[in-house]
Amino acid sequence: MKRWLPPTLAIVVLVGAWQVAASTGAIASALNLESFLVPSPAEISSSLWENRSLLAENAWVTLREILIGLGCALVTGLGLALLLHLSETLRRAIYPLLVSTQAIPIVVVAPILVVWFGYGILPKVLIVALVCFFPIAVGALDGLRNVDPDTVKLMRTLDASRSQIFHRVEIPTALPSTFSGAKIAAAVAPIGALFGELAGSSSGLGHLIVQDNAQLEVARLFASVVVLAAIGIALFGLTALAERRVVTWR
Amino acid sequence: MNAEGGRISAVETAPSLPDGAGIAVRGVEHAYGELRTIERIDLAVEPHGVVGLVGPSGCGKSTLLELICGLRDPLAGAIEISGVGDSPGRLARCAYMPQRDLLLPWYSALDNAALALRNQGARKGRARERAAALFERFGLAGFEATAPAELSGGMRQRVAFLRTLLAGKPVLALDEPFAALDAITRAEMQGWLAAALRADPRTVVLVTHDVEEALYLSDRVAVLSARPARIVAELRAPEPRAPDRDGAVTDPDFVAVREEAMRALREGMR
Ligand SMILES: Nc1ncnc2c1ncn2[C@@H]1O[C@H](COP(=O)(O)OP(=O)(O)OP(=O)(O)O)[C@@H](O)[C@H]1O
Ligand SMILES: [Mg+2]
Repeated sequence: MKRWLPPTLAIVVLVGAWQVAASTGAIASALNLESFLVPSPAEISSSLWENRSLLAENAWVTLREILIGLGCALVTGLGLALLLHLSETLRRAIYPLLVSTQAIPIVVVAPILVVWFGYGILPKVLIVALVCFFPIAVGALDGLRNVDPDTVKLMRTLDASRSQIFHRVEIPTALPSTFSGAKIAAAVAPIGALFGELAGSSSGLGHLIVQDNAQLEVARLFASVVVLAAIGIALFGLTALAERRVVTWR
Repeated sequence: MNAEGGRISAVETAPSLPDGAGIAVRGVEHAYGELRTIERIDLAVEPHGVVGLVGPSGCGKSTLLELICGLRDPLAGAIEISGVGDSPGRLARCAYMPQRDLLLPWYSALDNAALALRNQGARKGRARERAAALFERFGLAGFEATAPAELSGGMRQRVAFLRTLLAGKPVLALDEPFAALDAITRAEMQGWLAAALRADPRTVVLVTHDVEEALYLSDRVAVLSARPARIVAELRAPEPRAPDRDGAVTDPDFVAVREEAMRALREGMR
């Protein structure tokens, strides 16, 4: 109970202040804007309610992109980490390449992928996978590097096979850091999907945001952002929950 | 501590007692690259014998244990256990208790103790059953489900020793098993180990910093020089020993041999 109090209080105070500032027109007049361009939290929530089916429909599209992209990133990230763990030569050869995938600016790549793969789900999945792959692979790889060589020696004198050492020592050692990577991936995945949709799409929260921006539907635009943020928070929370259930020894 | 020791030895011996295996180390040399760790070591341990190794810090004691266990191969010389000289063969016959207890934090005390049984293919239930039977004897009853981090230092050491014992190997290589403990727990654990080995005899190579510990627990003690290690003296522990630890270590014969070992240790450090 006590743990939840400070963050809840902080949010209430912030939203309350925003409500007062927006509904009295203080922000709009300070920025010299029409007041409908600065929606209050109350207006955003009523827009959330009124557009619930439209938002849900588009949120589902974006969520699917995120989940499939995250899944691809998990499979390839963990797979690559394992491969590089098994071969030191491969690790030295590929690690710099792996880092360079993060140097590629998504803003530039997204439109190119849309040109190549069209307005469908594929380019979005690829972009989500691209941004999520790195934290997962690096987390798993660092975790596997933490394996204590003395523990491996001990396991060998206790008659452990290579695969038993892997299951009983290497995987558990690597889990905490792998989960750290997965939490980062869960938090950035919605941003990846959004970039993909902004570059070209016919549905999804990003598509809705582009439209509402053009039509000055500011309250609904904020509503979309709230939904996207909720997806990110939920994914992060679920990953953290999974971590707490799996990594019980920390 | 002695009541505890008596209880252990009173219980019938372990179910599958391995046959005794002798160790023969002949002319062994070793180096890590340029760093010479072991000069030339000859050492023989008879089946069910206990040999202590003492030597200055960093002289190569742990390295020698790893060589005996088949975790490393010597640069020159030969090591045989029951006549088997290749490293996989040695590995199959030795259980190593490392300097740090290295209990796996993701397993309970019981599952840590049962690790070797699991590795050898025993079902989880069966492995736990066999380990649990010994928990009672080792004064660990009630702590089966406890996480290693929540055990006291002495208990962790006992779980680590139990894990080594349950591997069912004829040779135990113990690397400073009690170095991390306070003096009182340490004395208690020495009495406990002596009793455990009486109940379930094995061929033991025991590395320690502590001359008194080595002499109390071993039949014979080899004193090593500073790196590169060679044996500067081999001393026989005085017999017969008083049944309790305090009586044993204050016996005049024991004190005399201890002083001799200390002298050899000092000589070897130069
Ligand atoms: N894997 C390794 N690679 C290179 N050098 C090593 C390695 N392991 C140990 N050494 C070095 O070899 C020497 C002997 O090490 P070893 O651990 O066998 O000594 P020790 O007698 O067990 O020491 P301590 O009493 O501190 O446990 C030390 O100088 C150590 O730094
Ligand atoms: Mg050592």
